[in-house]
Amino acid sequence: MEIVLVGLNHRSAPVEVRERVSFTNDQARRAAEELRARGILYETLVLSTCNRSEVYGVPPESTHHSAAALSNYLSSFHSVQLDLLGPSLYHHYDRHAVRHLFRVASGLDSMMLGEAEILGQVREAYRSAYENGATGPVLNRLFQGALEVGKRVRSETELGTRPMSVASAGVKLAERIFGKLHERTALVLGAGMISEQVVSQLRDRNIARLFVMNRSLERAENLAHQFSGKVIAWDDWESALALPDVIVSSISAEEPVLKRTMLEKVMAARGNRPLFVMDLGVPRNVDPAVASLYNFYLYNVDDLTQIVQQNRHARESEVPRAELIVDEHVGKFLTWQASVELIGVVQALRDKLKSERAEFVRERAARVPGLTVGQREQVESLIDELLEKMLLDPARRLQGEKDLRRKIQQVEAIRELFLPDRER
Amino acid sequence: MNHLFFLLTLAAYVGGFTAYIAYLVAGHDWVGRLGSLFLSGGLLAHYFALLERARGLHTVPYHDLSGSMSLFGWLLALTYLSLELFHRQRSVGAFVLPFVLAFFIFAQVSPPDRLAAAPATGVIFALHVTLSILAYAAFGLSCVLSVIYLGEQRLLHEHRVGDVVWRLPSLDLLDRMSQSSVLVGLIAIAIGTALGFVWVDRLTGKVWHYDPKYVVTLLVLAAYAFYLRLARKPSWRGARASQLCVFNFVIVIFSFTIVNLFFSRAHRYF
Repeated sequence: MEIVLVGLNHRSAPVEVRERVSFTNDQARRAAEELRARGILYETLVLSTCNRSEVYGVPPESTHHSAAALSNYLSSFHSVQLDLLGPSLYHHYDRHAVRHLFRVASGLDSMMLGEAEILGQVREAYRSAYENGATGPVLNRLFQGALEVGKRVRSETELGTRPMSVASAGVKLAERIFGKLHERTALVLGAGMISEQVVSQLRDRNIARLFVMNRSLERAENLAHQFSGKVIAWDDWESALALPDVIVSSISAEEPVLKRTMLEKVMAARGNRPLFVMDLGVPRNVDPAVASLYNFYLYNVDDLTQIVQQNRHARESEVPRAELIVDEHVGKFLTWQASVELIGVVQALRDKLKSERAEFVRERAARVPGLTVGQREQVESLIDELLEKMLLDPARRLQGEKDLRRKIQQVEAIRELFLPDRER
Repeated sequence: MNHLFFLLTLAAYVGGFTAYIAYLVAGHDWVGRLGSLFLSGGLLAHYFALLERARGLHTVPYHDLSGSMSLFGWLLALTYLSLELFHRQRSVGAFVLPFVLAFFIFAQVSPPDRLAAAPATGVIFALHVTLSILAYAAFGLSCVLSVIYLGEQRLLHEHRVGDVVWRLPSLDLLDRMSQSSVLVGLIAIAIGTALGFVWVDRLTGKVWHYDPKYVVTLLVLAAYAFYLRLARKPSWRGARASQLCVFNFVIVIFSFTIVNLFFSRAHRYF
């Protein structure tokens, strides 16, 4: 029982290759079925996200042969020449495949270190493969372990807690002031890409009301429609400023659009309720002098970028702790794997010894004149008892072996000494 | 026996404080839960320590300064734990536990007074004193919360968003926690004061028996009622309300110390 992984990710392959090798849900299911039908893998799971496409499997023969077969399969499935695909593919076996998956599920292998989405994607890939009957005892155990590792890393380290983009940093800061945003109002000035990112984050945080203003009404309507917001006409923007708790501004303007005198009036009109402003425009849209107003919180792009940098360092410092959790679970999985392997090896050894005993007794009994059937059965029974005793004591000792490495070595030794023909 | 409960309480509070600090620094939920567990254990042990001490001295815990301070510490911890459970927020524990510990330790190391027992017995009197000390504890807690609010607000204003800011409660929650605490204090002091008048009436036959403490207590009541009213107005909500809350607690300290020690004839330590 071994595990093989063949795949590519953002580190091994450029986007031009990644996009050609990605799987839709239907393709993933079809590939899993074909791989099993062709006898390349016993158990299969395809994990495909925007940054990675990986096939995990339990092969019927040597993992190295299976890896080559898998590479060929991926090449033909996606109609990408192996010459082009080959250099981008990585192959991992057993312990390394397990570690790789656990690191993936923890967000340690993600483009954005500690990203949260990957755990959901692993869960979804596993659920789909499980429901389609593509997984078996090994991959079930492996992926359940991966989900457990992902959860532990998320709850026991800070790998995923800090915002890592300007948009998410801004929204998290708004939460530092207002708490949950589900009763708050946001106004977005400008409808560019950065506004869209912030609006998406605000919607994820269940912002209660969302207003969009833009010089181009059509773009404002598109953004508002996409995120269930409302459009406010550009000419009404001074009166609109009194509404929100959060303002996101990313207007193209050569000088600040939101000036101190105007914002003083706005703050007075809103009874000095706290106002959080993300000024994402370059040049800045908000007069920096307003930062001293009571209950006014102003953050520009540089401020938010600096926070993101700090958070990146903080996340990186959590990596060793996350790796420790991954190591612990890799050890657990290998222990389980070794125990399963041991049972298989002992059973195979028992079968082999019994078969040799039968041949031995048959051959020797022929040379003993006058041996009755009852006596022969008695001899067979005694030999069986002896063999079982000889087998059971070492098996028990091996089962109780605490040193995993030593245990695996001993199982390997039994296999090589007594079962050289047994398929690994 | 008293020694045992003292040590148990001390160990639990120190353990709780350490866990809350670790929670604030590292942010692991289980460490925060451990802090709450230690605090709960500390409260239980502290209760028995108070009981033992009262039995040993054949008087109520608030008979002397030491007992009053210990009771204050216990009620502060109790109020905080209730607030923590109500608002599901543990990151303030690291700021409250030092005060609980300080009051508990100071109460234990200061010698008991040998004053003659005051004619201060009965359920009404006990409720009057306990509720008054509970009110002071709740006001103390609101003061701590307001100071945290002001600190966090300053950090956010100055864009100094370090580790601690991400772990502290949001400004909005701190504000609400502070108001909850003041509300508890106001209710407690209102009932406690009313019971005080009832008790005086029963003791002397007069509802009003002038004592400077009455005036200061009514001032405290008015100041916190004023805070509660202003803190809900948008123009005051936030830093201004927090500053007012801190200022109000200065009056409480004045009432708890100067007025009790030098002006009041009927109130000694509460």
